Amino acid sequence: MKPVQPTMSTCETCPAHAQLAQMGIDLRKYDRVVALAGNPNTGKSTVFNALTGLKQHTGNWPGKTVTRAEGGFAWAGIRYKLVDLPGTYSLLSASQDEEIARNFLLFGQPDCTIVVVDATALERNLNLVLQVLEITDKAVVCVNLMDEARRKGLEVDVRSLSRDLGVPAVPTVARTGEGLGDLIRAVTEVINGEVRTSPRRPPAPPEVRDAVEELLQLADGLELSLPSARWVAYRLLEGDHRVRQALLSGELAQLVTAQAAPSRRASRKIALEGAQ
Amino acid sequence: MSDRVHTLTPQDVLVRADALQRKLGGRFRDKIVESLYDEAERIARRAVHTRTDRHWDLDQRIDRLVTSPIFGMPLMLLILAVIFWVTITGANYPSELLATGLFWFEARAVELFNAWGIPWWVTGFLWHGVYRGLAWVISVMLPPMAIFFPMFTILEDLGYLPRVAFNLDWLFKKAGAHGKQALTMAMGFGCNAAGVIATRTIDSPRERLIAILTNNFVPCNGRFPTLIMLATIFVAAAFPPAFASLAAAGAVVAVVLLGALFTLLVSWGLSRTILKGEASAFTLELPPYRRPSVMRILYTSLIDRTLFVLWRAIIVAIPAGAVIWILANISVGGASLAQHTADFLNPLGVAIGLDGVILLAYVIAIPANEIVVPTILMMYLGTGMMIELEGFEQIRALLVDQHGWTLLTAVNLMLFSLLHNPCGTTIWTIWKETRSRKWTLVGALMPLGIGFLVTFLTATAVRAFGWI
Repeated sequence: MKPVQPTMSTCETCPAHAQLAQMGIDLRKYDRVVALAGNPNTGKSTVFNALTGLKQHTGNWPGKTVTRAEGGFAWAGIRYKLVDLPGTYSLLSASQDEEIARNFLLFGQPDCTIVVVDATALERNLNLVLQVLEITDKAVVCVNLMDEARRKGLEVDVRSLSRDLGVPAVPTVARTGEGLGDLIRAVTEVINGEVRTSPRRPPAPPEVRDAVEELLQLADGLELSLPSARWVAYRLLEGDHRVRQALLSGELAQLVTAQAAPSRRASRKIALEGAQ
Repeated sequence: MSDRVHTLTPQDVLVRADALQRKLGGRFRDKIVESLYDEAERIARRAVHTRTDRHWDLDQRIDRLVTSPIFGMPLMLLILAVIFWVTITGANYPSELLATGLFWFEARAVELFNAWGIPWWVTGFLWHGVYRGLAWVISVMLPPMAIFFPMFTILEDLGYLPRVAFNLDWLFKKAGAHGKQALTMAMGFGCNAAGVIATRTIDSPRERLIAILTNNFVPCNGRFPTLIMLATIFVAAAFPPAFASLAAAGAVVAVVLLGALFTLLVSWGLSRTILKGEASAFTLELPPYRRPSVMRILYTSLIDRTLFVLWRAIIVAIPAGAVIWILANISVGGASLAQHTADFLNPLGVAIGLDGVILLAYVIAIPANEIVVPTILMMYLGTGMMIELEGFEQIRALLVDQHGWTLLTAVNLMLFSLLHNPCGTTIWTIWKETRSRKWTLVGALMPLGIGFLVTFLTATAVRAFGWI
């Protein structure tokens, strides 16, 4: 473990503040699981490397990370496992990288998900953010590449973004480390409930609303009260094989018990074994 | 009512979901996607403000040139040629220096062992076998890699690779393959196994298989040193010194282009026969140009790539060196095992313009293509007299004067190097990615068959016209 001083925000100089300790691949013990999602080429791997001290290959082209990378870091005495998911534009198609990402978000039950977005192409990136927010309540949006946005003359109002999405949004420049301290702080606040999130889930389009409502009621009958219930209904209406199978095998029901359990041991087990 | 709810099973939910799905039809997904896009647009409009049009978009201007229908392709070829030219001219001297140093060390070590009275076969096995294999691999491979990889990584970090994919998209579309295949090919330049893994970004299983099966036609860095060496020794020698390195770079570019041509032809063939289908549409993001970070370039290209590949080559070279020495030093009926095997393979080798030793080297090098040339040299040296090779001039003398290599041998060896079975690691990766014995077999044997066919045709044509 080595402390990293110069890269964090100005808060870093404040002596009372916690410090980041990169833990590399030392994952024997950790207290929380944090997932890292985002569009391709938004600097996800750079955020991952900055936090864990690992040297996951980064490159300026979409699709560098096609597998799941894992690393660790510690903050204020709590150890986090960070899972770098493949960069995807959506969680809707059947390509392997998208499946890896969305299966981890759904079944891995991370304590918090950081969605890295490109500040210079916010609109396109928000599509994925909204999809992630359908699956989980616990998310933080990392508005990365702020330097490029400034160069392009774009001003991103992070407060407005945060208000509209219902989860914290933190501006960062991962390459220089700017804002990463604030990012981790937001993650910890979301995890321990200091910040209550109310993710924006746009109402289902009128043409399909009845079908979705009906399925949601059926799911209620099965006592499947997941934050992702509506998203599961969407997937069932699209004939998603993996989700169908999870419903039949009782895997979804297990997720409900795991979420209700205070220890969250089951979800950690799933995350640890990398069940997909 | 509550009775009905409690007897509800997941199966019931699925049945209902299926019925609803049929009713909604294909519209469902479009509606959901539409509502997401609308929402994203609304939120983004509120959050993003553009400050006056102070900014002058350099990126777009560069892109207009780099992806232009007229200049795009020539520029790409020019960049490729410059990279090879720098690699070839730059690697020559350090390669010689390394070879001289490492073989000097071998000679001193052998003297020392002899002075200590250690049996000849121990000395031979350790120094002429294991160590020599190692020395060849390091001196032939290290300098070109240490020059080629940083340059390639700079292009990667700049954001040039997706532009290449953009330029080549129409070709892949015509071949019935996915445009992202160009990106997986670019990964294949580094390592074909990595290229095969990179195909995971292709959604369509059909197009992904095509990308996997043809990735081998991109010469990986394990094969580049072979190509560069042959281009330097044979092609460059046919030109006046002033143009020698340019000609060598041109030859390597030609081989790469040929590889691309075969990729397209085979993709085209596959998508019209066993993998029928049309190319699917996709969006390709052209990322902004970014200034590469020096430290990261050095780390990625030298540690992640150069040392990683070199290490793999060394691990394979050690047992290969041992095997070669044993084959060359165990005699049955007056000739060594290496001689017997090479003689056995010779008719086939000659038919495709090569010889038995070269084919044997390819068999020994199945675990890693990197060691083909070192293996050939060691076998020639092991069965002939023991001379010390210092630099390309002596290598040329050995190959041409003692073993009758011609320009045909060199050209066909370059062709065969481009078009033969993938290395063991790549074959293993194909199996892991496809989980299919059939496709793994196709991935291994199809290129090999093409390699034999093409070299046989060139050899036959050259001989028929009496050019050699």
